Formats: sequence, C-alpha cells, structure tokens
Amino acid sequence: MFELNDKVAMVTGAARGLGQAIAVKLAEAGADIALCDLNAEWLEETAGKVKAIGRRVECYAVNVAEGDSVTEGVKAITKDFGKIDVLVNNAGITKDGLLMRMSEDDWDAVLNVNLKGVFLCTKAASRVMMKQRSGTIVNIASVIGLMGNAGQANYAASKGGVISFSKTVAKELASRNVRCNAVAPGFIRTAMTDALEPEVQDKMKELIPLSRFGEPEDVANVVLFLASDASAYVTGQVLSTCGGMVM
Amino acid sequence: MALEDKVKDIIIEQLGVNADQVVEGASFIEDLGADSLDTVELVMAFEEEFGAEIPDEDAEKLSSVGGVISYLKEKGFE
Repeated sequence: MFELNDKVAMVTGAARGLGQAIAVKLAEAGADIALCDLNAEWLEETAGKVKAIGRRVECYAVNVAEGDSVTEGVKAITKDFGKIDVLVNNAGITKDGLLMRMSEDDWDAVLNVNLKGVFLCTKAASRVMMKQRSGTIVNIASVIGLMGNAGQANYAASKGGVISFSKTVAKELASRNVRCNAVAPGFIRTAMTDALEPEVQDKMKELIPLSRFGEPEDVANVVLFLASDASAYVTGQVLSTCGGMVM
Repeated sequence: MALEDKVKDIIIEQLGVNADQVVEGASFIEDLGADSLDTVELVMAFEEEFGAEIPDEDAEKLSSVGGVISYLKEKGFE
C-alpha cells in the first residue's frame, strides 16, 4: 500500500532538511523524483541519494514565489517525465521576530515563499493532475500554524494559510480524483534545533508527550502515507506529526 | 477540420456528451451538465488546441457552444 511505483513526485525545497528526507523516502517507495530548489546546484546531494536508490531524478531551479519560474519548472518537469502524480510543497523559510519589531520585508518574504509559493506550485501542477484525473498534493504546514508562536507571526500566518488553502483545494479538486492534505510537523531535529542550548532543548521536550524531537524521516513517513494510495480516502486533512505536542 | 467541428469534438470529449446535444445554442452548464471546473477545463482544452491564450475575463463569457465558436473566429483562429 505504501508504494509509489512508477509515480512521478515533484518536491520543492528539496536541497536539504525535510525536503531531502521526503525526496529520499518517496524514491525508496518507487517514485521518480523532480527536485526543485532556488539553485539547481544545491540539489546535487539529494539527487545523488535518489540516484543511489535507483530511481530517476532531475533537478530544477525554481523560485516558488515567482509565477513565471513555477510555470516554467512545471512545464519542464511535465516534458521530462510526462506526468506529475505527487506534489510535495515543502519549500519554506523563517524570518522570526516579535510583532513590534517585524519589518514589512520580513513579513512579505515569509508569506511569499511559504504561502504564495504553495498557491503557485499547486495551481501549476493541478492543471496536469486534473487532466490526468489523478494526483496527490501534500503541503508541509506546521503545528505553529495551528497553535501560533511568539516571535513567528509571519510564519504562523503563512502555515495557517497553508492549512486552509489545503482544505479548499481538496474541495475544488476532489471531483477530479486529486487529493490534497497537509502535514503539520512539530519540533523536528534539524540544524535549527541542534543549535539550541541543551537546557532549552530539555524544556521543549517537556512539552512533547513522546519526549523527543522528531526526525526528518518521521515527517517523510507521513508524507509517503498521504502521497500513496494508502490514504486514498483521505483529503482536506491536517496530520500533525509532533509527538503529541498538539492535540 | 473546420473550427466548428474541432470545438464540438473537444466539448464532446471533455463533457462526455453526445454529438447531437452539442448544438450552437447549447449552454455548457444548463444544457450539457458541466460544472464550474468543467468550464475551466474546457477553456484549457481550447487554449491547447488552438494555441490561444484566453484571458480570464473572456473565459467567463464563453458559456455556450456558439459563444466559443464566434469568439475563436473573432480572434482569427481557424
């Protein structure tokens, strides 16, 4: 059930972190992968990992916040692979700061990548999926989009937006057999959380019933579920992957 | 193939209707059972077939078989 044999998956923000783990996981499940990031050279590491699994991989320089760039990217992917079965909107950034000190530029930058980027990529790929009469879209949101977080007004708003966007797309495209769901990761062990002081890490773990940070693979597993036919009857849902931190 | 026939073929295929239903006066939504997503897909199919770019404000007005045919003719497609 958890397989994607001969499917084509497009993953944005695939150069590192969650995006890389997701691309590798989908490749292990049998998918060919179209990797997207701002700079195609950044994708070499992920591409190498996908190749090592024995799946086809191509790299695309796509700025998800720019309509023309996204349209070109999706056009190239469709030309190279002939279809798009799975879209994972993973590209995202943070520019944290308390509301009173948050600049308009920092607000715009985060909303442009995290929310407008999801809109543009989903719009472009959904044209292909509607025609195919099949497809799955998985949007990487965040528990911050559900619960808010001091110092992340822009990020929280963008991720909350991604959640309601996902529900709307699920409703619009359901009749064409295209599903859309969101994953809301909690604290996932990345370069960002590794940089925190041990005491801070311990404090954060106290908030997590499973008392550990998640691994990128924990999120990738949920993405695989939502991308595959194992979730054939699931659309418009938000699956928190946070060790029980948000219930 | 004449423009009329190309348009009608696309409508028959996209909407899964019979050729005899696709008369010039037929409205996509009222007569041919299309939903709003079908009408978007129809416009996409016309764009592809004729290599045209149909702006959104024009697309909204293309609600019937005859409407599409005269629109495309007006724009010089054949």
